[in-house]
Amino acid sequence: MSVVLPYLLSGISVGGQYALIAIGYTMVYGILRLINFAHGDVFMVAGVMMVYMCASMPWYIAMPLMIVFTVLIGFAIERVAYMPLRSAPRMSIMISAIGVSYLLQNLVAYITGGLSQQYPTIPFISDSINIGPANTKVVTVITPFLVIALVFALVMLINHTKIGMAMRAVAKDYDTAQLMGIRINSVISTTFVIGSFLAAIGSVLYFSNYTGVTYTSGAMPGLKAFVAAVFGGIGSIPGAVIGAFIIGISENIVKGFEAMLAVFGINSNIGIATFSDAVTFALLIIILVVKPTGLFGEKATDKV
Amino acid sequence: MLKIQDLVVNYGGIEAVKGVSVDVPYGSIITLVGANGAGKSTTLRAIAGLVKAKSGSITLDDEELLGMSTTDIVAKGITMVPEGRRVFPDLTVLENLKIGAYLRKDDLKDDIEHVYDLFPRLKERSWQAAGTLSGGEQQMLAVGRALMSKPKIIMMDEPSLGLAPIIVQGIFDIIREIHRQGTTVLLIEQNANMALKAADYGYVMETGRISLQGSGEELLTNEHVKELYLGKKKA
Repeated sequence: MSVVLPYLLSGISVGGQYALIAIGYTMVYGILRLINFAHGDVFMVAGVMMVYMCASMPWYIAMPLMIVFTVLIGFAIERVAYMPLRSAPRMSIMISAIGVSYLLQNLVAYITGGLSQQYPTIPFISDSINIGPANTKVVTVITPFLVIALVFALVMLINHTKIGMAMRAVAKDYDTAQLMGIRINSVISTTFVIGSFLAAIGSVLYFSNYTGVTYTSGAMPGLKAFVAAVFGGIGSIPGAVIGAFIIGISENIVKGFEAMLAVFGINSNIGIATFSDAVTFALLIIILVVKPTGLFGEKATDKV
Repeated sequence: MLKIQDLVVNYGGIEAVKGVSVDVPYGSIITLVGANGAGKSTTLRAIAGLVKAKSGSITLDDEELLGMSTTDIVAKGITMVPEGRRVFPDLTVLENLKIGAYLRKDDLKDDIEHVYDLFPRLKERSWQAAGTLSGGEQQMLAVGRALMSKPKIIMMDEPSLGLAPIIVQGIFDIIREIHRQGTTVLLIEQNANMALKAADYGYVMETGRISLQGSGEELLTNEHVKELYLGKKKA
């Protein structure tokens, strides 16, 4: 147990951070049928903004401001890069999304000179804490609870508010939603605002665990979160959250696999930990072979 | 009055509507009948702002609607029951009704009760997902949902399509009832017999043009209409 616990804890924590990003992917896909490739980079930009803002103001002002700016960036990306292509073939919007992704990366590389920026230490959540035999950071412990609270709030919003009802309607049928008087564009904007908001919070939790942020820092967590969304059934919010936790936990268990074997007297030295990402993707492939729509995915109902 | 003049609409690369003029005075039931592909649906979708018209004009009380967004047209009091009902399958019956009143900010309680009075079946299924309803019930819900916006004019696209004759009769009873309660109806139907019987005035559409018009009774007795749309050969 004492061997497994640290890996399990960090797996749950990383899973929660992936979940916050994955929700952005899955919600945008649910409404636009678009894989928003720029989403991981919005997450990275949130991290970089936090670095620069904390240099000139206290963290408790910087953090809310960073969240607001991230939301504005997400909103602006949709308006500038996706909205004009609303009636274009889906492949065109996808290419636009890839373009935005590189634009954000290049922009940050330019501003930072391509150097890794030290992520600010946020009091309390960066502190060390002992959970039984495991020594970890407070952020690791609070992440799953915060994620569950945010997901609960989001599910309430979607199931019990007017805008949530409109989002569910738009996800199903643009034309009929418009006939109800729903403004498609404002519903889509709301989706990007929510996705960016959660990614901004996710970035604080994620980067607090690492020493630095660089212009490529969004790529790997973005990709993992995307995999989590597909894993859970893209378009489904509970699916994305559960998928994210499974991926976070499994990659950390793989990292600690040899240490766990050692407890049973099996000493191997083949370096399985290096393959933790490959194992994650192997898991995805197996799930998709068995259930092509993911854990909670709907039947393939491509929007015409 | 809703007035459509010389409407031309391109749809799917062809000129689907080639200069159509239709008058819809308040308080009437107006019908557009014709075969599949005659351009009836495209006309309706153009009025609703779902497809862009190439030329012509669509005015409501002398205000030009052409170029307005669907949302703005709905706000002006024109709503549509789309072909194939298109209820939101994952939303409950009650949610479908509430979403029909999306632009309203006042209390919906009385209007929901009113729809449930019209369609008691929906009340029994209030908490069911709309996707689990039968075709006839979905049509009732689609009509009820449209009524929730308190429209001046309700447009219906093939409400009888794919429904059993007994249910079709029920749907037409409801259309008459809605009309009696003061809503203007613009009805599109392939079931020309039923539609013309219900309508004050009718238009026959063929390949994108109005080929005939007249009161419902006149058209019902017209030889050409009889032969083409009512399945009765000339004696």
